[in-house]
Amino acid sequence: MSTDTIVSLPDQSTARIPKVNFLNKENGLLSWLLTGDHKRIAILYLISITFFFFIGGALAGLIRLELLTPQSDLMATDTYNKVFTMHGVIMIFFFLVPSVPATLGNFLIPLMLGAKDLALPKVNLLSWYLYMAGGILALYTMITGGVDTGWTFTTPLSTHYVNTNVLTTGLAVFVAGFSSIFTGLNFIVTIHKMRAPGMTWFRMPLFVWAHYAASILMVLGTPVLAIAIVLVALERTIGIGVFDPTKGGDPLLFQHLFWFYSHPAVYIMILPGMGVISETISTFSRKRVFGYTAVAFSSVAIAVFGFFVWAHHMFIMGISNYSMLVFSLLTMLVAVPSAIKIFNWAFTLYKGSITFETPMLYTFGFMGLFTIGGLTGVFLGTSGTDIHLTETYFIVAHFHFVMVGGMLMAFLAGIHFWWPKMTGRMYPEKISQLAAVVTFIGFNLTFFPQFILGTLGMPRRYASYPPEFQILNVFSTAGATILGVGYLLPVLYLTWSLKYGAIAGNNPWQATGLEWQTQSPPLTENFLVTPIMDHEAYDYEWLDGQKQKEVASVG
Amino acid sequence: MSDSPVLVHHGEVEIAHEHPHLPYQRHHFETMAQQNDATNFAMWLFLLTEIMFFGGLFTAYLIYRNWYYPAFVAGSHQLNVIWGGINTLVLITSSFTMAMGVWCAETRRQSQLVLCLVLTFILGLGFLGIKTIEYKEKIEKHHVPGFHYSLQSFLNPDSDKEAKAAGDKPMALDMARHTEVYFSLYFAMTGMHALHMIIGIGILGFMILRARAGGYTTGHITFVENFGLYWHFVDIVWIFLFPLLYLISRHAQ
Repeated sequence: MSTDTIVSLPDQSTARIPKVNFLNKENGLLSWLLTGDHKRIAILYLISITFFFFIGGALAGLIRLELLTPQSDLMATDTYNKVFTMHGVIMIFFFLVPSVPATLGNFLIPLMLGAKDLALPKVNLLSWYLYMAGGILALYTMITGGVDTGWTFTTPLSTHYVNTNVLTTGLAVFVAGFSSIFTGLNFIVTIHKMRAPGMTWFRMPLFVWAHYAASILMVLGTPVLAIAIVLVALERTIGIGVFDPTKGGDPLLFQHLFWFYSHPAVYIMILPGMGVISETISTFSRKRVFGYTAVAFSSVAIAVFGFFVWAHHMFIMGISNYSMLVFSLLTMLVAVPSAIKIFNWAFTLYKGSITFETPMLYTFGFMGLFTIGGLTGVFLGTSGTDIHLTETYFIVAHFHFVMVGGMLMAFLAGIHFWWPKMTGRMYPEKISQLAAVVTFIGFNLTFFPQFILGTLGMPRRYASYPPEFQILNVFSTAGATILGVGYLLPVLYLTWSLKYGAIAGNNPWQATGLEWQTQSPPLTENFLVTPIMDHEAYDYEWLDGQKQKEVASVG
Repeated sequence: MSDSPVLVHHGEVEIAHEHPHLPYQRHHFETMAQQNDATNFAMWLFLLTEIMFFGGLFTAYLIYRNWYYPAFVAGSHQLNVIWGGINTLVLITSSFTMAMGVWCAETRRQSQLVLCLVLTFILGLGFLGIKTIEYKEKIEKHHVPGFHYSLQSFLNPDSDKEAKAAGDKPMALDMARHTEVYFSLYFAMTGMHALHMIIGIGILGFMILRARAGGYTTGHITFVENFGLYWHFVDIVWIFLFPLLYLISRHAQ
């Protein structure tokens, strides 16, 4: 590792955590449960999301253990179906969708815009309660027998053929969906109406742009999922015939409605992560993000194109050749704005003063893994190859590269990057760098073999497989174990750092965002005086000027 | 979203403000104008999500009506246009009383505001009452989709008062079965609409209590305004549902 570092901490012998901050302003459980403070709600979300992540992760561990051997021996095959269904439901609706927006977005958007809070604090709190209600309901369904439709609730399986908790799981997802709608709505209103003086649209950090695009998707996409679930529920309970072929309904319509949300949902998941990467890559290269405007608009372009590619999930479901052609082409198009981002980040690195703190290591992990995940997405967007690959482990590897390799890496990058701002204390650097490397190795060992398994033809969603696939599955399970260690480590040392971490000071990374110009942890009101934005985003010369002014006036 | 007032910044750090704080201004807004702007914008966005929610149903309607047009016509003949028409009038009137309510709140007329809200409340209940009568007819004729669904009215229209009056011809079994899709959509769409009405009426009840206590006549009317938007939205959904479900074949040829 390079010894160079940009970290500048205050003198530890005299430094103190600010006497008044949002964490100690009020005390007691009720002051947290009834709070309107976006930062406290973000912390509530962070705790609950971590909880659900480890439940989903434990289920993933069970799946990998079962697949260690070719026979279905750890659990019965229908138990296996329930385990992978719950893994999908929890990871998607209770971890990936809210992960970055509800924690980091909630915490940072008002700070980055120079506002005192999100526009609708009570709606923000409501959205956390809805999330918790949905999450507890999902756990309840898991304990009382589970559900085995896969996270996609495909009809007519979900409406006619299975006798598991489809209704309660559907309700859980429905409720969690409203939580997501309210978060997105709150962000859009805040970004439109709450910007500090001088904070024009093109001075906003790219993190905010990414969240704006993701919020549009949440607000427009999620209600369609809601109505699709309502129709499935009505079909299961009173037997209406909208998706029932025996009555003239068409199961394909369910697929259209479901994927109209669930494809944009992957952009809901990845866009906020891309926002994190824009911030870290600029800070740790000491450069303005190359092509700021292009990166900002590519987020919006992803949101717009993202609404017109959903049928690529349905190439083998019996849609016409013409729609296959059109959706295949549109799918290629959506790769363009993602590539714009990757190229611009790469150019930001070019001739930058790069340092390798933990957030940057995760960022590099993101860039590599997301690129592989994105490129294999092009294979799957091509209808010819998709037909062969879509029901195999190739697609499992693809979306885990994007979601786990991409989103989760970005989430961890962001958590480490803003940890000093959220808690006022630094995490321990060496062990967290180790965790980042362990995660990267474990991830590749887990999911790269699955690309090979997929091209060899191993189908997904089965508890057993032909013995010739075992060796690669053993690699994958071994990798999952390493990955598990990689995820446990941050929980341990971040908790440790709450008490023993070094005092971080206002701006340990020498970053330019408004959130770094206030104390850590911030005041409940965020800023003493409403800041005035008089410079462009990522303006490191402005930051140097500020420092010089300080030296001149103090010294 | 109640507008509980936060008087000034509580806490050690007193912050200098250019603008004086009105009692109903939330602490995190700089000005009242910003607060009203933000909440109104939020309401419009929420209505956008509602449009997407109903959009799924309208998409399904569009597809199946194209596929099974004769079944949709025969199904629509089973609906009671008179009741539906009256209900449309009831709902439009309730939108009028709601709009008057917003005006009364603006001009600080407390007793008239309460009157307008109560009228809206009653008209809303009236709509649901008439809807119940209509649903009851459907249940009695076994037109609710599911196990008890009956094709009698469509296979043998002469045995059915409404079908006979509309001059329906007996349908082939295959097409007649698709009337169940029509009624599925009828119940899903009007049911979702009724659910929105019920939620609206609940909020209206709460607002009447607050208005009696003088809640909305202090100059801060965002809540009434935004609820008005919601109520008009639910009204507009019905304005679309009525012709799509009741009047499919009732136009000049």
